[in-house]
Amino acid sequence: MLTVLVLLVGALAALGGAAMPLARSAAGARLVHAGCVAAGVVLAAGGLAGLLGGPAALELPFGPPWGPARLALDALSSWFLLPLGIAVACASLFALGGVHGAVPARELVPWPLFVAGMALTLLAADGFTLLLGFEAMSLASWVLVAHDHAQAENRRAARIYLVFAGFGGLALILACGLMAGGAGDVAFAAFRDAPPEGWRAAAVLALVLAGAGSKAGLAPLHVWLPLAHPAAPSHVSAVMSGAMTKVALYVLARFVFDLMGPAQPFWLGAPLIALGAASAVIGALRANLEEDTKTLLACSTIENVGLIAIGLGLALAFRGADLPALAALAAGAALLHVLNHAVFKTLLFLAAGEVLHGALSRRIDRLGGLIHRMPWTAWAALAGVAAAAALPPLSGFASEWLLLQALLSAWRVGDLAFQMGAAAATALAALATALAAAAMVRFWGLVFLGRPRTPRAAGAEESGGAVRIALVVPAVLTVLLGLVPGLMLDLAEPALRLMAGAAAPRADLLAVGAAEGGARYWPILVAALVAAAIGLVVWLVRRRAPAGVARGPAWDCGFMAPPHHLPFGDPATQPSAAGFGQPLRRMLGESLLAAREGVAMPPPGDTRPAVLESGFHDPALAALEGPLPRWREALATQAEKLRDLSIRQCLGLTFGAVVLMLALLAWLEGR
Amino acid sequence: MSFGHLPYDVAHLLGGGVLLLSFVLLYQRRIGAVINAFAMQGTLLALAAAWQGYVQGAPGLYLTAVLALAAKGVLIPLALHAIVRRLDLHRTVETALGIGPSLVAGVGLVGLAILVVLPATEGARALAREDLALALSVVLLGMLMMISRRNAISQVIGLLSLENGLILAAIGVAGMPLVVELSTAALVLMVAVVAAVFAFQIRERFDTLDTHHLEEHRGERR
Amino acid sequence: MAAIWSVLAQLLHIALILAAAPLLTGVVRWLKARMMGRRGPHPLQPVRDLTKLLRKRPVLAENASAISRAAPYVAVGAAMAAAALVPSFARGMVFAPLADLILVAGLLAVGRVAMALAGMDVGTQFGGLGAAREMSFAAIAEPALVIAALTLAILAGTTNLDAIAGAFREGGLGLRVSLGLALVALLAVAVAENARIPVDNPATHLELTMVHEAMILEASGRHLALWDYAAMLRLTLWLALLAAVFLPFGQAPSGSAPHVWVVGLLAWVVKMGGLALALAGFESAIAKMRVFRVPEFLGAALLLGLLGAVYLFVSTGLS
Repeated sequence: MLTVLVLLVGALAALGGAAMPLARSAAGARLVHAGCVAAGVVLAAGGLAGLLGGPAALELPFGPPWGPARLALDALSSWFLLPLGIAVACASLFALGGVHGAVPARELVPWPLFVAGMALTLLAADGFTLLLGFEAMSLASWVLVAHDHAQAENRRAARIYLVFAGFGGLALILACGLMAGGAGDVAFAAFRDAPPEGWRAAAVLALVLAGAGSKAGLAPLHVWLPLAHPAAPSHVSAVMSGAMTKVALYVLARFVFDLMGPAQPFWLGAPLIALGAASAVIGALRANLEEDTKTLLACSTIENVGLIAIGLGLALAFRGADLPALAALAAGAALLHVLNHAVFKTLLFLAAGEVLHGALSRRIDRLGGLIHRMPWTAWAALAGVAAAAALPPLSGFASEWLLLQALLSAWRVGDLAFQMGAAAATALAALATALAAAAMVRFWGLVFLGRPRTPRAAGAEESGGAVRIALVVPAVLTVLLGLVPGLMLDLAEPALRLMAGAAAPRADLLAVGAAEGGARYWPILVAALVAAAIGLVVWLVRRRAPAGVARGPAWDCGFMAPPHHLPFGDPATQPSAAGFGQPLRRMLGESLLAAREGVAMPPPGDTRPAVLESGFHDPALAALEGPLPRWREALATQAEKLRDLSIRQCLGLTFGAVVLMLALLAWLEGR
Repeated sequence: MSFGHLPYDVAHLLGGGVLLLSFVLLYQRRIGAVINAFAMQGTLLALAAAWQGYVQGAPGLYLTAVLALAAKGVLIPLALHAIVRRLDLHRTVETALGIGPSLVAGVGLVGLAILVVLPATEGARALAREDLALALSVVLLGMLMMISRRNAISQVIGLLSLENGLILAAIGVAGMPLVVELSTAALVLMVAVVAAVFAFQIRERFDTLDTHHLEEHRGERR
Repeated sequence: MAAIWSVLAQLLHIALILAAAPLLTGVVRWLKARMMGRRGPHPLQPVRDLTKLLRKRPVLAENASAISRAAPYVAVGAAMAAAALVPSFARGMVFAPLADLILVAGLLAVGRVAMALAGMDVGTQFGGLGAAREMSFAAIAEPALVIAALTLAILAGTTNLDAIAGAFREGGLGLRVSLGLALVALLAVAVAENARIPVDNPATHLELTMVHEAMILEASGRHLALWDYAAMLRLTLWLALLAAVFLPFGQAPSGSAPHVWVVGLLAWVVKMGGLALALAGFESAIAKMRVFRVPEFLGAALLLGLLGAVYLFVSTGLS
C-alpha cells in the first residue's frame, strides 16, 4: 500500500506540472480536479488499509545528498490519511463542479502540489522528508491564499501567512536538529533511539508547539488563520481548515507521542492543555463576532484544534502519570475529533463556498433566507452545523463527549496544581463547546433563515451535479460517524496503542465507554430514543390536532407590513451579524478581545443619523504588529506612574507582592 | 478524623460557608447587601467557633463565639447601616475591578492559598490543614476586596472580613491562647474605628467616600 | 423477572413524567399566586390550555420554512428523551445505562438550538434577539453544569445519573462543602435553563426583557402547544434531576418489584412537591435581574462550582 501511496504523491506532483497547460481549457481543469478526487479516494483507502494491515517502511533510491529518503506508513499516519483523503476528495469534487471555463494557472497548479505536500508529510520517516512535505504544503497553500492578489486584504493575509509559515518551518528545523543531537542522523528511528530528556525535551516541545502549533492555529499563533483561510478559493479553504491543520497536529503528535519516547514526565502535557483551552475559547468567541461566513468558520477551526490539543495534552499527561487506559481515552477523543472535524468543517466550508457562488457574498449581512432558494446546501450545512454545535447524536458530540470524560478523569493524575488546572480547562472546554453552538446557530440562522437581506440573496441559485454530491457526501458521513464512534475507535486502536501504549477504552458497535465501570454513550440507541419520542409526539398530535397550517403575514408583535418598494420587508429590521453577537460581545468580548461599542452622536442641529459602531481586536494580532516599541513606551509610562500612586494602588502593590511571594513559596515547596 | 465524621463535616461546612460569604461580599453591588452578607459571615464565624469549642472542649472558644456574634453579627453591621443612612451614601458599590474579574481573581487566590498551605502543613491534622487553607483564602479575599472597591465603607468591610479569616485560622488550631485572639480582634477593631472616623472626616471635607478623590489633594501633582 | 420490572418501571416513569409536566407547572403557578395573595388559576389550567391550543390550526408566516414546522417536534422529542433518562421513583430502569448527565445536557442543547432556529426562521427582530440571548446565556450555563458534573463524577466515579443517584443514596459521603457548591451551581443553571426568575420571567411578554418567550412569538396552535409542553417537560426534568441527586432518599433500589415502588412514588411526589413549593417561594420573594446581570450570575455559579471541585481535590488528596 505504501508503494501505491508514494507513487500517488509522485503522480500528484506530475499532475501539478501538467496543470500549467491543462489550465487553458475547462476540460483540462476538470481533468486535474478529477485526478485529485481519485487521489483523495486513494489516500483514504490507503489510510484504511494501513490501519487494518500492518506498518510498512520504504527507502527511496534517491533523497538528500547524505542518504536515502525514508518513508513509512504506520497506524498514526494511516489514521491521519483518512481525514486528508475525505477532505481532498470532497473539495476536489466541489471544485470539479465549479469549473465553467479556463481556470487561472496560479489557482490550478498549486492544488495537486498542496495535496502531495500533505501526503508526503504524513508518510515521511525522516526529518528531511517531513520538512520537505511540510514546506511544500506551506508554499503551495501560500500561492493559493495569494491567488486573488488584486485585493489589499488578501495581499496582507498572504504576507502574514508567509511570515508564519517561514517561522513555523524554522522552528521545526530547529526541533529536528535538537532531536538529532550531535550525531546528525535525522531518521525517525535514530530519534527514537535517543529520546530527549530534561530541558531538551522541554525545548523540543516548545519548538514543535511553535512550528506545528502555529500551522494548526493554536493560540497565540492563530492570528494568520482567520485571515488566510477565507482568502483562498472555497475548496482550498475547506482543505486548509479540514486537513492542513490536521497534518500540523499529526506532526505535533508524531513528535510528542512517538519520537520523544514514552518516558516523559506528565507535566509535558500541561502546556498543550493550556494552549488548547485558550485556543478553544478565543476561537469560539471570535466565531461569534465575525461577520464573514468563511472567517467565522476559520475561527471555529481554531476552537476545534484547541479541543484536539486538549485531548492530546491530556493523553500525554495520563501517559506520563502511568494511567495508560485514560491516556487511550484522551487520545481516542482527540483522534476521533480529528476525523469528525475534518469531515464537518469541509462540509461547512464547501457550503459557504456554494453560498458565495450562489448569492455572491461571504458577508452575513448580505445573505439571509437562503433555505428557500438553496435547499440542498441548507440542509447539508445543517448536518455540519449540528455536529459543530456538539448536538447528539451527530459526530461532534461523540468526540466531545469522550473529551469531556477524559477531562472529568484528569484529577486522577494526582498532582494538586495539575488537578486545578485541569478543572479550569474543563470549564473552558465546556465554555468553548457552548460558544461554538451559539456561533453555529448564528451562522446557519442568519445565512439560511429569515428574509433575504439583499436582492442578490433573494435571487440566489444553487448548482447541481458534482457540487451537490460534494455537499451531500460529507453530510451523510457526518451523520454516520456520529452513529458509530465505537467502530471508529476500534479502527483507531493500533494508533491509540502507538500513542498511549494501551488498548483503547472498551468500545463496540453500539457504545463508547469512558473507562471500566464508567459512563457510556450509546449513539444509535440515543438516536432511536429521540426518533421514537418524536414519532410518538407526531402520532399523538396527528390524532388530536387538525392537519395543515394556515399562512399569513408574519405577526412580528403587530408591526405593520413593509411598503411595496421593499418586497422582502425592510432587511434592517432583522437581527444583523453584529447584533446577534451583541450579548456575547458584551459578556466576554470586552474582557477577552478588547471589544467595544460606541454611539457616534452628531451635534445638535446636525441632521446626520447617530451611528452605533462595534468591533474588536484580537490581542494576539495587536501584539504581533510592532510590539517592541509599544512595550518600551508602556514600560516607561508605568515606571513613571509609580511615583504618584493612590493609597488604594499602593495597597494593591503590597498585595501583589504578598501574592507573588506566596506563589514563589508554593513553587519552591512543589519542587 | 476525616470525611463521614460529624465533627469534621460540620466544621468543614461552616468554614466553607464563611468562604462562600467572602465571595458573596465580592459579588454584591449594593452596599446594604454587602453589609448584610458581612453580618452573615460574622454569624457563621461565631457558629464555627462555638462548634470548635464544643468539639475541642475549649470553653474559651465559646467566649470568642459570643464576641464574634455580638460584634460582627450585630453591632458592626448595625453601625455600618446607620453610617450609610446618616451619610446618605450612594447605595451602589463603586468597583475599581469589575465584578466578574474580581470573582475570577478570587477563585485564583483560593487555589493559590491551597497550594501554599497544604505542602507547608504536612503532618498536621487534615482538619487543621483544610481550615488553614480556608482561612488564608478568606484573608486574601478580604485584601482583594479592599483593593478592588473604591468606596471607603466597602474597604472597611474588606478589612473586617480579612480579620474574620484570621479568627477562622485561630479557632481551627487547638490550643491557641485566647489572649492572642482577643488582642488581634481588638487591634482590627481599633483600626476599623479609626477608619470609620476617617470616613466621617473625609465625608465632611470632600462630600464623598470615594477614596479616588483623595488623590487630588496630595499636593504633588495637579 | 427483574428485567420485566425494569421495563415496567421505565414505562411507568415515562408516563409519570409526561403527566406530571403540565401539572407541576400548574401547581407552581397556583402556589405563586397564593403566595402573592391572588386566587390563581386551577392547577389543571395548563392541561386545559394545551388541549385548547392543540385543537387550533397554526398560522405560519408566509416566508416560514420547514424549520418552523419541524422544530417544535424536535424540541419536545429531545426533552422527552432526556426526561426518560432522569431517574425518578426507582433506580435501575431499563434506560439507566444510557442516563448520562452530559448526554442529558446535549439533549437539552438540541431543544435549545431547535428553539433558537425557530425564532430566527421568520426574520423578526424579537425572534433573533431572543435566540442571541438564549444561546449566549447557555454558553455560560453549560460550563457551570459540566463543572457541577465534575464534582459529582469524582464523588460517584461516573457521570451516569443512575449510578450517581445510587452512590448518593448509599451515603457515606458526609456533608461536603464541594457538594454544596455543586448544588448552588446546578440550581443557578436550572433557573437559567428553565427561564425562571431571576433570569427570565415566564409570565411576562414584555419584549425588551424576555428571552425564552421571544423565540416563540410567531408560534400558534399546535406548535405553541408543543413549545409550551417542551418547557414544562424541561422544568419537570430539572426538578427530577435535583431530587434524584441531592434528595436521594426513598428511591426504590434497582430490580425491585412493584410493591416497593409505592414508597418510591410517594417519596418522589413529596420531593417534587417540596421543590415546587421552594421554587414558588423563591420566585415570589425576589425580582428579575437586568439582562446583563445574568452572565455575572451564571459566571458566579460557574466559579463556585470550580471552587467546589478544587476543595474536592484537596479533601480527596488528604484522606
